[in-house]
Amino acid sequence: MPRKLLTGNGAAAWGARLAEADYVPAFPITPQTEIIETLAKWIGKKEMAARMVNMDSEHSMITAAGSAAATGVRVFTATSSQGLLYGLEMLYTVAGWRAPFVLVNVSRGLAAPITMEPDHNDILAARDCGFLQIHCATCQEVVDSVLMAYRMAEHTDVRLPVIVNLDGFYLSFTREPVDLPDADKVREFLPAFDPHETKFRAGEPVSQAVAVLGGGPYSYFRYETHLAALKSLDVYKEVEDDFADLFGRRHGVLESYRAEDAEIVFVMMGSFATKAKEAVDRLRDSGEAIGLVRPRLLRPFPAEDLRQILCGKKGVAVIDQNLSVGMGGILYSEISAALYGRKDAPPIITSFIGGLGGRDIKPEEFYEMITTTKLAIFNKMTPPPRLLYTAQELREIRKLQGIAHVEKEDKANVKAEETKP
Amino acid sequence: MNEAHIERMKDLPSTHLLGAGTALCAGCGGLEMLKEAYDILGENTIFVNAAGCMTLMSIYPFTPFRGSWLYTSIASAPAGAQGVRDALDVLKQSGRMSEEEDLQVVVLTGDGAASGIGLSSTSGAIDRDLDFIYLCYDNEGYGNTGQQTSPETPHGARTATDAVAAGFPGSKKDLFAVWAANRPAYVATVIGSEALDLARKIEKAKELEGPRMIISLAPCPTGWGYDPKETVEIGRLAVKTGIWPLKEYVDGKIRHTINPGSRRPVEDYLSRQRRYAHLFEPERNEKVLAEIQQGVDDYWAAVDAEES
Repeated sequence: MPRKLLTGNGAAAWGARLAEADYVPAFPITPQTEIIETLAKWIGKKEMAARMVNMDSEHSMITAAGSAAATGVRVFTATSSQGLLYGLEMLYTVAGWRAPFVLVNVSRGLAAPITMEPDHNDILAARDCGFLQIHCATCQEVVDSVLMAYRMAEHTDVRLPVIVNLDGFYLSFTREPVDLPDADKVREFLPAFDPHETKFRAGEPVSQAVAVLGGGPYSYFRYETHLAALKSLDVYKEVEDDFADLFGRRHGVLESYRAEDAEIVFVMMGSFATKAKEAVDRLRDSGEAIGLVRPRLLRPFPAEDLRQILCGKKGVAVIDQNLSVGMGGILYSEISAALYGRKDAPPIITSFIGGLGGRDIKPEEFYEMITTTKLAIFNKMTPPPRLLYTAQELREIRKLQGIAHVEKEDKANVKAEETKP
Repeated sequence: MNEAHIERMKDLPSTHLLGAGTALCAGCGGLEMLKEAYDILGENTIFVNAAGCMTLMSIYPFTPFRGSWLYTSIASAPAGAQGVRDALDVLKQSGRMSEEEDLQVVVLTGDGAASGIGLSSTSGAIDRDLDFIYLCYDNEGYGNTGQQTSPETPHGARTATDAVAAGFPGSKKDLFAVWAANRPAYVATVIGSEALDLARKIEKAKELEGPRMIISLAPCPTGWGYDPKETVEIGRLAVKTGIWPLKEYVDGKIRHTINPGSRRPVEDYLSRQRRYAHLFEPERNEKVLAEIQQGVDDYWAAVDAEES
């Protein structure tokens, strides 16, 4: 197929179409809605054979997605932000069912305050639920990752649902040229879903998701799910090779950009990493040995792959587009846990919070992060997590607060006038 | 069960599908209903369950069911049924599954899931005209957690969370009316103690397509406070006092299948249960007793006016 200009949402829909998903339970939410609208249009025009059903909530949507996968069809669904959290109970539940399907999450900051633009607190709230997670930075990656996600999810050693994540607005609504995989080649890469004996049919009674009594059986099934997720790392590498063989593109468990000979490496996820790449190039131009690592898989966590790149570095600067309130960056904890106590672990890992609610991260801020990290290396002292915010932004919010206060004072004055005797 | 329609008690199945020895309480009115209903539904049934008493029917690695089972969550069993039904239809339509392999999809929940926390997913299933049967065992409270107030708790009943002097001040939600207002294929109320009426309604529901709701009053020895051996008697009194009307909605019309005629006073039903003891001791609460009787009298006056 030729290259097409597609938004991230369009690419996600193409992923579902090329995977020949049988079933799409849906519920609208910005900025994901374009995905389900695109699928609805194709289904209406009979360009896609799937059945789509409009559910009453994301909680119901994820339940139906899980139960349909447990019955033995290929399922695709999508949501964002509040929707992912509204369905959070079911994310844990259907992962426990070991129901394999693909959910695209279009990241968006969480309320309150309610907003539209992206950060990763939504997807990271689903970090521990048992879904595997692939994080994309380009529209090409979105369509390819959806296909790879099905292979991973449906593998008999894995059987877990997968979330493919893309950033709202920055990727969901950005058009990029996308090389659409050829449909016949996709069938070769991703044969029809075979549920084996885990399905519901008359004459073959099966009980799924039954209760257990006591910690023994409970722990067994939880550990089994964890081991399957760990196993999926090997499965991913198989899938990555097969994909590269068939389509000539390779999407690893992480993207390493000019990191090999770097002294200090940025680590960040998602589409904002393209901003970091630009900063890396500028820093390299001025003679600084800087690189970037962008984990694509968050679950399973590619700890060994990260160690291979990051051990031996002088410093690592982790940029979290999320905020664990009262602690700091979530990715920072994960990276630190992967490196601590390992041979040649970087002595300094600095933490930066940025890009919340779509807030831009400017080139100067990347340079400042490197300066801070170099200073920390020199002082042998890790600084506290830094919340990125400029003096200009502070002046702007002060203006908004000024307006809010004037309104409040005006109302108070009016009320005082009215209540005068 | 043979092909003939159920007309008399002797037409009821004499062998039973549901296995014994579950973790449910002795004298459970919900289990009584389920046992009777399952014989009619047959083993080619998948139960999609919400959190509640019945979740303890299937504890790994045991199950009393001859057919399939899927536990979902407290709020989303009808959505689980949607996914199963749609998947089976997709498989049939694409030739990946035969008609013989098809299943009757049955949601099995308590009243808290049916009328409260799960009402959104139920409402969605009705809107989408989902082809399923919903079996609700209504024990008028969150029974599995110790009988806290649910949307189905009746006026004046004491619960673990309405332990006040006069009991629950609100009134029982009319789940039958909620369903019937949305014109589904079938809605019926049943009770295990009226086995023939129950069997006929399950049989009728099974023959229809679309959203079908069976609401069973489920006398609950532990939650309501009576001896387990009295479950059948309490159920009969619920019908004879007119507190639990047995009726069905089909083709846009509501019909009462058993009219108690000269009704026993509600006190005959209430006084047998500890949840109403505060209405009789240390002194009679004439106000609440009269309110409950009045509610029943008004209901049947409206029925008689409508059906005469």
